[in-house]
Amino acid sequence: MLKFIAKRLLWMIPSLFAVSFLAFVLIQLPPGDYVTTYIATLAASNEVIDQNTAASLRERFGLGDPMLVQYVKWMWGILSRGDFGISFEWQQPVSGLIWERMALTLVLAVASLLATWAIALPIGVYSAVRKYSVGDYLFTAFSFFGLSVPSFLLALLLMYVAAVEFGQDVGGLFSPEYETASWSIAKMLDLLGHLWLPVAILAVSSTASLIRVMRANMLDELPKPYVTTARAKGLSEFRLLTKYPMRIALNPFISTIAWLLPNLISGSVVVAIVLNLPTAAPLLLQSLMAQDMYLAGAFVLLICALTLIGSLISDILLALVDPRIRLE
Amino acid sequence: MVDIAITNVQPDRAAVASQWQLIWWAFKRHRLAMISLFVTIALYLVALIPGFFAINDPTLQNARATFHPPQRVHLIDTANGFSLGLHYYPLKLTRDPETLAAIFTEDTSRKIPIALFGRGYEYSVFGLFNTTVHLVASTDPSRPLFLFGADRLGRDVFSRVVQGAQISLSIGLVGVFISLLLGVVLGGISGYYGGRIDFVMQRVIDFVLSLPTIPIWLAMAAALPQGWPATMQYMMITIILSLTGWAQLARVVRGRFLSLRTEEFVAAARLDGVSEGRIIFRHMLPSFSSHIIASVTLAVPAMILAETSLSFLGLGLQPPTISWGVLLREAQNIRSIATAPWLFLPGIAVVIAVMALNLLGDGLRDAADPYNK
Repeated sequence: MLKFIAKRLLWMIPSLFAVSFLAFVLIQLPPGDYVTTYIATLAASNEVIDQNTAASLRERFGLGDPMLVQYVKWMWGILSRGDFGISFEWQQPVSGLIWERMALTLVLAVASLLATWAIALPIGVYSAVRKYSVGDYLFTAFSFFGLSVPSFLLALLLMYVAAVEFGQDVGGLFSPEYETASWSIAKMLDLLGHLWLPVAILAVSSTASLIRVMRANMLDELPKPYVTTARAKGLSEFRLLTKYPMRIALNPFISTIAWLLPNLISGSVVVAIVLNLPTAAPLLLQSLMAQDMYLAGAFVLLICALTLIGSLISDILLALVDPRIRLE
Repeated sequence: MVDIAITNVQPDRAAVASQWQLIWWAFKRHRLAMISLFVTIALYLVALIPGFFAINDPTLQNARATFHPPQRVHLIDTANGFSLGLHYYPLKLTRDPETLAAIFTEDTSRKIPIALFGRGYEYSVFGLFNTTVHLVASTDPSRPLFLFGADRLGRDVFSRVVQGAQISLSIGLVGVFISLLLGVVLGGISGYYGGRIDFVMQRVIDFVLSLPTIPIWLAMAAALPQGWPATMQYMMITIILSLTGWAQLARVVRGRFLSLRTEEFVAAARLDGVSEGRIIFRHMLPSFSSHIIASVTLAVPAMILAETSLSFLGLGLQPPTISWGVLLREAQNIRSIATAPWLFLPGIAVVIAVMALNLLGDGLRDAADPYNK
């Protein structure tokens, strides 16, 4: 087991480097750099910047170096002192801007993951046990609906209903009075009061496929002889289900975390932008538009790293539950 | 389901039926999938000649029809004596004396008949010839019919949704085609040769699958220059979407290749001295092409959703290109949807298309699985 975890952890290193390089290449792709965008913005308000200032700006941000040199410098900064570079737009270190937003992104993703499981597990089991019942058909219809509705549309629709019917603004994760307040119990409660909406939206689109997986797994297990044996021995139906077939059916459930987490984080980007949540996504979009490359790069890197860690956790959990995987 | 299908047709027919026939019989029994098939065909027909199904010119701005609400089409007219026939009433614009908010009321004194296969604006069919015939046309061009209402520039939302189907639906097909090409080649190499190549390819696929797609797309789409022509933008967006989409298909193809590689008929072909290309394309590919078709059908709606999300965020296709995502951008802020909730209607089109394709793919997958009961 230890050997398996060690091997898996070792794999993380090249993956993380690949991700960091990918992030860096991606943010280098746009033609021009921040200074060009900056000059263009100034020109829009009729201000002119002379060539010398532009050159000295480039010098200061190290934009004149070849790409590989810039990448190595950037990586070295991150690895040696946790320095992600400077945000051009905000004129402050990137590390000061990202951590709280990344933490809220993580909170949102984990909460949605738990909600997805909490909804999909019982529904999947129910649909399998009561196959072809009215409830099964209803849930199947619901899951196809969930698969087909873009999450941003759902977010817009709920915002519309809340605004028009109830006169409430449901955007954001905090009430205005807590937005800049330091962390306290009251702020936590306020966060929970706002978190349910994005979590519900994200859960609707991700439960759909998971319900199908759970249902199919249970259907495979239910006709097996050991279920009949357990029933013949007089086990109550509930204990029977939870003790045997569900535990086996749960196996692929855990392995889904590997793709569920990237999906959730990916989906949360659009929802967060629509609902204007203080997570990484709105700032990522803004920094991409402004070519604020170190800020955008830090977000892309951290979001990708988060999903890699997610798949690592799922692999380890799976190995814990299923000994066959360890020995492979 | 194949079993049921076989027992329902004459047994001797089932014995000689080709694989495709068996799949078709199984598929036909899946009612929801059959309905989805018809819906999908209808949608792609609209996408093929959107001009015919549109009522008004989708790019025509009309200052007098800003946020014009949807109009109802009537069959029975009682306001001007009794008569039958499709018609609608123009809306009269009045203003609330206090708030100055626009109020639209039906002017039942003026009945405008609707002509089927009537004349409207000129459009081109496949770029081959121009025509003015539309399925539904108003007989009074000065008072156009707004079936789904109008947007803030007074453009007809219905005609824009119909026109948007062309881009939104085709981007899914083209994107999936590119991912399929990448997926079959890379997955095929990986599964056929196995060993070290397979190991490396597996890691690459795992890596691509573990990436969160939307942030990556956003970063790539942000790199596209704003001033590019629409066709270039279209191509680039499809390529961006396929760059992450191929991994899923590659995994499916690899799995199939691995399991087929050890089959007797492949070994027999190899011992007969058949070339590798022929083994792959003549012997192995046909036996899992049905699976590939099912996975591809399931990948199309995902692509459509991706394009919609990207364009909605303003990083995908840009106006004046008309796609469903671009149309939904009009519904981006709460104030405009509070005044004009019909701007959500392009979203309904997305939901219908994606749901139909998902159900169709699901039905195909079931029908293609010979072990499915």
